[in-house]
Amino acid sequence: MSDRDAAKHAHTTAAAVARRSYGKLVAFLAARTRDVAVAEDALSEAFAAALADWPEKGCPSNPEAWLLTVARRKAIDSARRRSGGEVAVVQQQILAEDFDAAARGEAIPDHRLALMFACAHPALEAGIRAPLMLQVVLGLDAKTIASAFLMSPAAMGKRLGRAKNKIRHAGIPFSIPEREELSGRLDTILDAIYVAFTESWTDPGRIDVVRRDLADETIYLATLVTELLPREPEAMGLLALILHAEARRQARRNAEGEYVPLAEQDPALWDSQLIDTAESLLLRASTLGRIGRYQLEGALQSAHVYRRRTGVANWAAVVQLYDALLALSGSPVVAINRMLAIAELHGAAAAVDTMQELDADVRLTGYQPYWAARAALLASTGADTEARHAYEIAIGLERDPAVRRFLQRRMSALAPP
Amino acid sequence: MQYILMLYGNEGGWSKLTPAEHKQAAAAFEAYTEALKKTGAFRGGSRLQPVSTATTVRLVNGKLQVLDGPYADSKEQLGGFYLIDVPDLDSAMSWAARCPAASHGVVEVRPLFVAPG
Repeated sequence: MSDRDAAKHAHTTAAAVARRSYGKLVAFLAARTRDVAVAEDALSEAFAAALADWPEKGCPSNPEAWLLTVARRKAIDSARRRSGGEVAVVQQQILAEDFDAAARGEAIPDHRLALMFACAHPALEAGIRAPLMLQVVLGLDAKTIASAFLMSPAAMGKRLGRAKNKIRHAGIPFSIPEREELSGRLDTILDAIYVAFTESWTDPGRIDVVRRDLADETIYLATLVTELLPREPEAMGLLALILHAEARRQARRNAEGEYVPLAEQDPALWDSQLIDTAESLLLRASTLGRIGRYQLEGALQSAHVYRRRTGVANWAAVVQLYDALLALSGSPVVAINRMLAIAELHGAAAAVDTMQELDADVRLTGYQPYWAARAALLASTGADTEARHAYEIAIGLERDPAVRRFLQRRMSALAPP
Repeated sequence: MQYILMLYGNEGGWSKLTPAEHKQAAAAFEAYTEALKKTGAFRGGSRLQPVSTATTVRLVNGKLQVLDGPYADSKEQLGGFYLIDVPDLDSAMSWAARCPAASHGVVEVRPLFVAPG
């Protein structure tokens, strides 16, 4: 092998290990050092060492074990530096524990779930949990995460750093909660994954933005949770919800790149494989007998698939599901979607009655889907002047140029002022 | 807190648009301004005349120097601005992301200087 080939081979191997095992390695290290930042730093130094070492000496037969051994040494060095030369004996012991087994090439124990519980701990600010999980479990850099969450890279880096400090100083545990606590604590993980998914792709009020990368990562995380906790129905519900939305990605834009709302999408363009996986997840979840928010939302997505089989939408089922979801969450966002479903089922006039309750909610003044829903309803009852005003606000609050153009076309179809 | 959103774009791009696209883009800005007003964030703002109308003035060693054209000669030009009043940077950023200029140019977000005390 030439030097160049050897370097290339080393890069490919390192990249494959990073893709496959990054989260597992960080989790293993963090569970022992109780310090996420130290674990990440040690691992990134180990990767750097690998890129220097492997081209020369060849890739090791067990790259994960090689990386762990080097990362452990780096972690001990860093502990030594911080404690001013005196390594705490205990810490060294902790680091030595079952490292040897791992280094011998036996399976690395999977602590990723414990790591996720630490990242989504209730003691951490809710807004940082999703970014933290993306960075620590998947290894995404602060810059990528910052763009997805519409934050400056410097600010995101600072907030991530603060969260990691808190994990260390407050002694946030790297452990899986006891059974009686598990469901409640799991919710914070699911919520963080859900937030990451909606940031990658907002689809309230049938309005969507295509932002691909993060969606893949959230599918990976949601799948991981269902694999690590195979008897939690809400985790399955969340994954089903995400897969259903993902299945319709292609159908959301036409050949010219223009936005196509759900009701006008061609169901033949939906990805049947993803839909089948989502449906079987929901079925499996339902046998566990514990209904919750994500199963309901997954079921809502599933109700839209009904059109694919029958050619007509099942709005009665959709309204029923929104009723249940509204009772559970009391969220005005759910109320908006329920209102749109009522309009489909009983006509716009019936839905306008429910709209009046929403109009008083000041939280909705800057909420784009509310204005889009309001505009659509008013337009179909013939209240063109009010509809025009609502369309204008909806357009002004929209981020996606394709959706803006779509709303502008709807607005110009109204009677001229 | 008050922020200024500075809208940069390629002026040449604008002249390449069809009349229908012009109308569509202008309507998008109108709607954006309306939404800022509706939510109480709007404090001011305007589109600017093209950079060809710009003049710069400075005193060099006490002597007045006047030059034609803009100060910064870049690929993208300052084409307009909004002054908004919102609770924090996060909220200013989401307004920047919604600005029609963000989809074909750049929107710079800067907090206004507040004298301490």
